[in-house]
Amino acid sequence: MDIRRLVAKEILHRKVNYALSVIATLMAAASLIGAIVLLREHDARTSLILSKKEAELEVRMDRLQDDTRKAMLKLGFNLVILPEDQNLAQWHADDYSTTYMPESYADRLAASDIMTVRHILPSLQQKILWSERRKTIILMGTRGEVPNIHLSPKQPLVQPVPQGSLILGFELHRSMDIKVGDEVLLLGRKFAVKKCYSQRGNKDDITAWINLKDAQELLNKKGWINAILALECLCVDGNIDAVRKEVASILPETQVIERESLAVAREEARKQVAGEAAMTLEKEEEGKETLREERERMASILVPVILLVCALWVAIMGFVNVRSRREEIGILRAVGVSSRRIFMLFIWKHISIGILGGISGLLLGILFALFRTGSDESVSLGAVGSLAFWFGMAALAIIGASFLAVIAGWIPAMIAANQDPAEVLREE
Amino acid sequence: MIVLRNVTKKFDGPNGKVTALDDVTLSLTSGELLGITGPSGCGKSTLLMTAAGMLRPDHGDVQLMETYHPYELSPEQRCRLRAGLVGFVFQQFHLIPYLTVSENILAPLLSAPQKNPERRARELIRQFGLEDREDHLPSQLSTGERQRTALARALFHEPKIIFADEPTGNLDDENAETVLKHLLWYVSTGGSVLLVTHSARAADYATRIVKMKSGRLLM
Repeated sequence: MDIRRLVAKEILHRKVNYALSVIATLMAAASLIGAIVLLREHDARTSLILSKKEAELEVRMDRLQDDTRKAMLKLGFNLVILPEDQNLAQWHADDYSTTYMPESYADRLAASDIMTVRHILPSLQQKILWSERRKTIILMGTRGEVPNIHLSPKQPLVQPVPQGSLILGFELHRSMDIKVGDEVLLLGRKFAVKKCYSQRGNKDDITAWINLKDAQELLNKKGWINAILALECLCVDGNIDAVRKEVASILPETQVIERESLAVAREEARKQVAGEAAMTLEKEEEGKETLREERERMASILVPVILLVCALWVAIMGFVNVRSRREEIGILRAVGVSSRRIFMLFIWKHISIGILGGISGLLLGILFALFRTGSDESVSLGAVGSLAFWFGMAALAIIGASFLAVIAGWIPAMIAANQDPAEVLREE
Repeated sequence: MIVLRNVTKKFDGPNGKVTALDDVTLSLTSGELLGITGPSGCGKSTLLMTAAGMLRPDHGDVQLMETYHPYELSPEQRCRLRAGLVGFVFQQFHLIPYLTVSENILAPLLSAPQKNPERRARELIRQFGLEDREDHLPSQLSTGERQRTALARALFHEPKIIFADEPTGNLDDENAETVLKHLLWYVSTGGSVLLVTHSARAADYATRIVKMKSGRLLM
């Protein structure tokens, strides 16, 4: 006869009390394991959904980026072709070239088989004093577009200014009260005002546009220009260097500057698309995270409550057990069984309750996981946790449930151990 | 074997303190079956519990085997002392309901180990005529068999003293006689028995009788 045998025999004798205690620890362990499994399963499912969505979005984003790129390519970007010896610092400061190149460069470019440069606009531009009006203005001589003979004809972007005509920027016609149809003197020559622009808020407001030939004569630069504007140029993925090289091969004595590039806009559009995609994913992730937090919050309230109720239940069963064993404890104490051994008699029983309840709870937790993962083929039991995770769960369930059962049985065991045998035996 | 000197024990009652033992002085020698008789509530059982080291007196001294003063020991030491020296038999048998006869007899093993416990248990089973009931639970036994089992359990550790509290109170004449004969046999082997009873028949088996009334011994 030893203590384990006595515990085993007592368990078999009072099966209902034992079973109720085991069920309580089972519920405690199952709720704990169930909550962890539920959260892990949620994580696995979320990660799966997010990776699926990520892949889907990546495809959609690629398509969108491609569409945007194509759309932006159609818009093209603007180039300025300047004489090779033009100091760029000076050019940026004055906003016009102080060196010159032959007007024939524009024709050469148009006659070449260049496919990337469209809408070629030669110009002669200079800051001058409008002596008749005592105003400093920018005089822009333009002849309109030089058609590219290798490209299909397109609607010209800029209409030429007829000879003898003048177009005035906002500040010029406003300050001098000039209207369309007026005749004005410019550097001793008479021009009919063809158009008055509204305010643009840039240097155009102090610019006067005339025909290129008129400008060449007025500035004494016959056959010379100082810039070629190339509008709506095409390039792949904003690769401006390729265009530069192509222009340089035709006009080696020039330099090419990108101006107000739409390639930047294209890049920005691409970034925006990527940003939108990232935001969509982020929102999805946030939604899942919120759901997880809610579940976690619920589990953090519910699980301790269940554990407490189960612990109380086991404790009550323990008290009932001690009460029904008063006579037995009394006689054991009378024949010399120490109070420590009496205490251990109850603690061993509670350890066995914990182990059995923990194992049952773990099995229930696994069944729950199987049920949850079984409903969705894409989430496997392995995705919920590795073998090490499940071993950890087994340890948690068994040790945790035993701990709970022992804690719950501690006070009843103490009461049993400290029972006065004389009092019990006299009562009985 | 047992010496009680000026032992007093009081309990809290509904109308104040109740004196269960009032300055009791008593001794029990080896080979003696001392019968304590008296009406119910006179303090017989309190005397037995006090003498057995289970109920601390308010005053006085208890000495066992001329050496031990149980109430000068710690509760755990008193437990060990009981495990080695004394056995108990009660009117209510106090058998453990889920253990068989042989397991009940072996129950004292929980307090102290013993060499060849199974052989000792078999000897006792044979001695008390319980061979056919060895694997029976207490609920499957007659009252006589239950008390014989309780007596066998009390003798398992070969104690020096047996404290018997109304051991025949629930038994018919035949079974009472069997139990008392076993107690006599035990005394004849050098043991001592402190028998508390209000049965005149049981008292007849005593080698000495002491009467009690209101917590006092009437010599």
